[in-house]
Amino acid sequence: MASGLNNLTIAEASAKLRAREITATNLTRDCLDRIAAAEPKLHAFITVCEKEALDQARAADTRLAAGNAPALCGIPLGIKDIYATKGVRTTCASRILENFVPPFDATVIERLRAEGAVFVGKTNLDEFAMGSSTENSAFGPTLNPHDTERVSGGSSGGSAAAVAAHECLGSLGTDTGGSIREPASFCGVVGIKPTYSRVSRYGVIAYASSLDQVGPFTKSVRDAAILLQTLAGKDVCDSTCSARPVPDYELALTGDVKGLRIGVPREFFVEGMQPEVEKSVRSALKNYESLGASTVEISLPHTGYAIAAYYLVATAEASANLARYDGIRYGLRANAEDNIALYETTRAQGFGAEVKRRIMLGTFALSAGYYDAYYLKGQKVRTLIRNDFERAFEKCDLIVTPVAPATAFKIGEKMNDPLTMYLSDIFTISVNLAGLPGMAMPCGHDSNNLPIGMQLIAPPFAEETILRAGDAFERTGAFKSRSPVV
Amino acid sequence: MAGTKITLEQVRHVARLARLELSPQDEDRLRADMDEMLAYVDKLNELDTSNVAPTTQVGEAGTPMRDDVVTNQPAAAAMLANAPLRDRDYFKVPKIIE
Repeated sequence: MASGLNNLTIAEASAKLRAREITATNLTRDCLDRIAAAEPKLHAFITVCEKEALDQARAADTRLAAGNAPALCGIPLGIKDIYATKGVRTTCASRILENFVPPFDATVIERLRAEGAVFVGKTNLDEFAMGSSTENSAFGPTLNPHDTERVSGGSSGGSAAAVAAHECLGSLGTDTGGSIREPASFCGVVGIKPTYSRVSRYGVIAYASSLDQVGPFTKSVRDAAILLQTLAGKDVCDSTCSARPVPDYELALTGDVKGLRIGVPREFFVEGMQPEVEKSVRSALKNYESLGASTVEISLPHTGYAIAAYYLVATAEASANLARYDGIRYGLRANAEDNIALYETTRAQGFGAEVKRRIMLGTFALSAGYYDAYYLKGQKVRTLIRNDFERAFEKCDLIVTPVAPATAFKIGEKMNDPLTMYLSDIFTISVNLAGLPGMAMPCGHDSNNLPIGMQLIAPPFAEETILRAGDAFERTGAFKSRSPVV
Repeated sequence: MAGTKITLEQVRHVARLARLELSPQDEDRLRADMDEMLAYVDKLNELDTSNVAPTTQVGEAGTPMRDDVVTNQPAAAAMLANAPLRDRDYFKVPKIIE
């Protein structure tokens, strides 16, 4: 790999930018050069914003020259194509929004813009964030930078691959059932899903509103803390967004985990998981013990029901959220004689197979005669899953698990079997159902050199515990990420 | 709900509710997919939830309040810019009332 500025972390680049050792323009150029070289093999981006990015970089350089620029000033980022970006096409990887240009910025985009961040482009995803491999994108899959015959994970596969391949220094994803953590794990980068309500979702295209959360992908835990600092906090445009003060996340990175009680759920080390995944996570746990943390076996007895509950709750919410795509005010419109036919043909032409499958299941789960047996049952089991975590956190401060039962799978391997695809989220989904923060970070490689990720889960609003523990593991140097082959 | 088998009629009914036009191939595939998913979620019936309250809110309780003050400006042109079909400042749709 060339030694371009694009290989820097956010923390490194930010220090060099502010010391005027490098310019935002050169940093952005290196990212754009890398994008030009890697994209034919990866397809991490749906839209590359070369001109806009260079304009933003020049503006950042002016600000940096004046002094006192914010931490993210001049930092090139990739943005999942699910965030409304003013004047830049936002497709959600769907034909129905193929030509949609939002008239406004999502709140988190506005915040990043105010800091002087540079947006190099909009990254690929599973259509409407529905998927675990990015193969459901209407514009084709994103391939894994560690092995281009394999998936990047999903739904935020483009954002994960772009950071892993150094096409940008960090990126934004969204996570409804694992859509940040699973691709982070598959691509060997850090990805955090904050507590439900920690970050505003205004301007983020909704999939399942009681589960969706915004979060960053980065090359290090420190970078995750830096990005989360700007993303988190109250927003009057999102009434679900918490007004709690945002702590200084970088201050949490003390390197000290002495006395930390780490819970290890027995239900997360299951029969049939890839042995190397278990071995890597167990070895990370040993590492924590040597740093002065203690480990305790815990039980999350309803784990095996999480996927079933999720696919009722998430699809029901999706069926309501996606009702807005009717061909009237924006997006694709099919030709039809009357209004009902217009809706039906527009949606038939605009949505892909997986989106239709989830709308159908969700509509069914909410329909007369089936609501109690399906949707309500799902919400009740969700309560049991939340209670499991509440009880577990009486015994520990942090839970550590694998992110996924196996490393990145081959392109096409699970496309014909939706249920098998859904099962790849078995370790991440319950965290969304309970509204908890969870982070994926690299902790090993399998014999094919594919990254293995571990998941750190904390009680609501305890992102600091996750970041502190993740950073402490990184500092031991026990595991060093390999460079991607692309 | 154990042993539920989705019929083609049910698939068509749900598709109408969801405003989705389905081809005969779509209907067959979705019937099979829904059958498989519903058989899978049947495992939830192993759990007695008769005394469990459903989750209705995940974030913090309560609704935030703010003053009822207009903060945005009229932006008809921006709103209409993405219209698939328009007539002056209106979204154009097929005739609804005869």
